[in-house]
Amino acid sequence: MKTISEIKYQISQGKSWTDLRDEYLSRIEALDSKVRAFTPEGVYKDAKVYSETGELYGIPIAIKDNICEEGRLTTCCSRILDGFLPPYDATVVKRLKQAGAIILGKTNMDEFAFGSSCETSCYYPTHNPWDLERVPGGSSGGSAAAVSAGMVPVALGSDTGGSIRQPASLCGVVGLKPTYGRVSRYGLIAFASSLDQIGVFSRTVEDSARVLKVIAGFDDMDSTSAPVDVDDYLEYLDRSLKGLKVGIPKEYFGEGIDPEVRHFVNNVKVVLQDLGARCDQVSLPHTKYCVATYYIIATAEASSNLARFDGVQYGLRVEGRDLIDMYFRTRETGFGAEAKRRIILGTYVLSSGYYDAYYLRAQKVRALIKKDFDIVFRDYDVIMTPTSPTPAFRLGEKLDDPLAMYLSDVFTISANLSGLPAISVPCGLSCKKLPIGVQFIGKPFDEKTIFKVAYAYEQSTPWHQKEPVGIRDCIKQIDIEKD
Amino acid sequence: MDRFDKVDYLAKLIRIELTDQERDLFSKQLADILEYVNQLSEVDIEGVEPMYHAVALTNRFREDKVGPSMDQEKVLKNAPKKKDGFFVVPKVIEG
Repeated sequence: MKTISEIKYQISQGKSWTDLRDEYLSRIEALDSKVRAFTPEGVYKDAKVYSETGELYGIPIAIKDNICEEGRLTTCCSRILDGFLPPYDATVVKRLKQAGAIILGKTNMDEFAFGSSCETSCYYPTHNPWDLERVPGGSSGGSAAAVSAGMVPVALGSDTGGSIRQPASLCGVVGLKPTYGRVSRYGLIAFASSLDQIGVFSRTVEDSARVLKVIAGFDDMDSTSAPVDVDDYLEYLDRSLKGLKVGIPKEYFGEGIDPEVRHFVNNVKVVLQDLGARCDQVSLPHTKYCVATYYIIATAEASSNLARFDGVQYGLRVEGRDLIDMYFRTRETGFGAEAKRRIILGTYVLSSGYYDAYYLRAQKVRALIKKDFDIVFRDYDVIMTPTSPTPAFRLGEKLDDPLAMYLSDVFTISANLSGLPAISVPCGLSCKKLPIGVQFIGKPFDEKTIFKVAYAYEQSTPWHQKEPVGIRDCIKQIDIEKD
Repeated sequence: MDRFDKVDYLAKLIRIELTDQERDLFSKQLADILEYVNQLSEVDIEGVEPMYHAVALTNRFREDKVGPSMDQEKVLKNAPKKKDGFFVVPKVIEG
C-alpha cells in the first residue's frame, strides 16, 4: 500500500496516471465486494486528471457521498436524494482537480452522516477491513475502509461529531478534522452547519498534511470559511518535540473506556516523553456534558437543513393528493429511521416552549465546554485523548440502541463543539487484532502543531505499517492471480 | 418518562408520515434520549452567553458586484417535474 510520495516517485519514473488509476480500480474490484466501501455507482472507470502540474498529480482519491462533484451521483446515501447529479463542483473537488488528483469514486456513509457505524446507509453497510464482521465506524466509514484496504491512498470525509476521526481509529488509518472554517464547506451537503468540517483520511500523517494543503484556505462561496493563511504543513512535520507541552484530560480515561484502549493511549504518553515532550494531567470539567449538548445542537441544525428535501427541486418525489400530501409521502419514503428520529428531536428542541430549556441551554453549555479548552490551551500546546472508547464493534451491535451509538463519539464531539482541529493516529492493536487510535487536539488554526506531534509519534512506532488482517485472504488471491 | 408523547404532533410539523411501528419505536427511543440530554439542567449557566458558532465571525459582506450565475437549465436539471423554466408542484390553491 503506497503513500503519496511513493506514487509521486513512480510517476517520476515514468508510470502513467492511467496505469495508476487502473491499478487502483482493479484493487477495488477485487476487494470491494467484501468491504463495500464505495456506493453502488461510485467507482469511476472513466476518472481522469484535470491538471498535469498540480501537487497531487496522478494521486487517486475517494470522496464521501455528501460532497458534490458535477455530474456524479451524490446522495448522502439517502433515498431522498435519489438520482441527484450536482450541477457544480464542491470547492474541495475543484481544488483537487486543479491539483491533478484522480477522483476515483464516492464512498459509503451513514445516511446524511447520521451515525457512527456506516450501517444507516440506504445502500448497504460497509465492513471493517480488519474484521469483516465489524463496523468501520462512521459516518465516513466508506472513506476509512477504502484507505485502510488500500483501495485508495487518500480520501475525503466530513466530521460533525467525530465522523472522520472515529472511523479512522476503528480502521487503523490517520483521520484529520481541521479547524472549523479552515476548509470550505461549499458543495458539502449540510448536516449541522456550525459543526461540519471536511477533512482527510490517509495512511500517514505526511499524506494528511499534503492533502490539507491543497483543500484548505478561504473561499468566497462559504461565508464561514476563515480568511486565515494556510501554513506549509510539510515544513513543520520533522521538528523536535523538545519542550512541547501535552495536556492529558483525566475525564477522557474514566468509566466506559476499554482497558486495551486505555493501555495503548497511556503508552503514547511514554513515547512522547521520550521524544522530549512534557505530559501533564489536565482537566476539562464539562466533558460529561458534551454528548448531550451535541445531540441537541446537531439535531436542531439538521432538522432545519433537511427541510429543503421536499420533492420539489431535486431528488425523490412521491406524488400525493395535494402539495402537503406530496411532502408527507416524499419524506416518509425518502428518509431512513435515524434521519426521522433526528429531525423529530431537532424540531422539538427548537419548538416554542422548549427552546430555552434545550437549544439555548445547550448553546450556553457549549460556551463552557469551549472555555475549558481555552483555559488548558493557555498552558499547553496539544491535548491528547483516546479517539474512541472501544475498538470496532460488531455489525448490528448498536443499531437498535441510538443512545449507545451516540456514546461512541464521546471523545470526538468536543473538538466539533469548540471548532478545534484534531487528528486520530493509529496507536495499537487489541488482542483481537483491532486498531486503536489516539487523538491530538490543537489550538484553532494550529494544524501544524498536531501534525508535528502526530508525525513524531508515528515515525517512532510501527502502527501505521500494519495491514488489515480481515482482507488478507482476498489479497493473497490477488497476488496469486498476478503471478 | 417511558414514552415521549409528542411524536405524532412533531411528525405533522415536519411533514413526515410515520408508520405505527415507527411511532411506537421512536416514542420509546426519544424518551431515553431526552432523559439523557436532560442532564444539562444540572449545569450552572448563570451569566453565560450562548455560543452559536465555533469561530468568532461577524457578518462578512462581499463587494456588491455581479458575478457568474448558474444557468436555468442546469438549476432545473434535477427537478422531478418542471415546465417552461419552472418547478412544477401540485395545485396549491383550490377553486
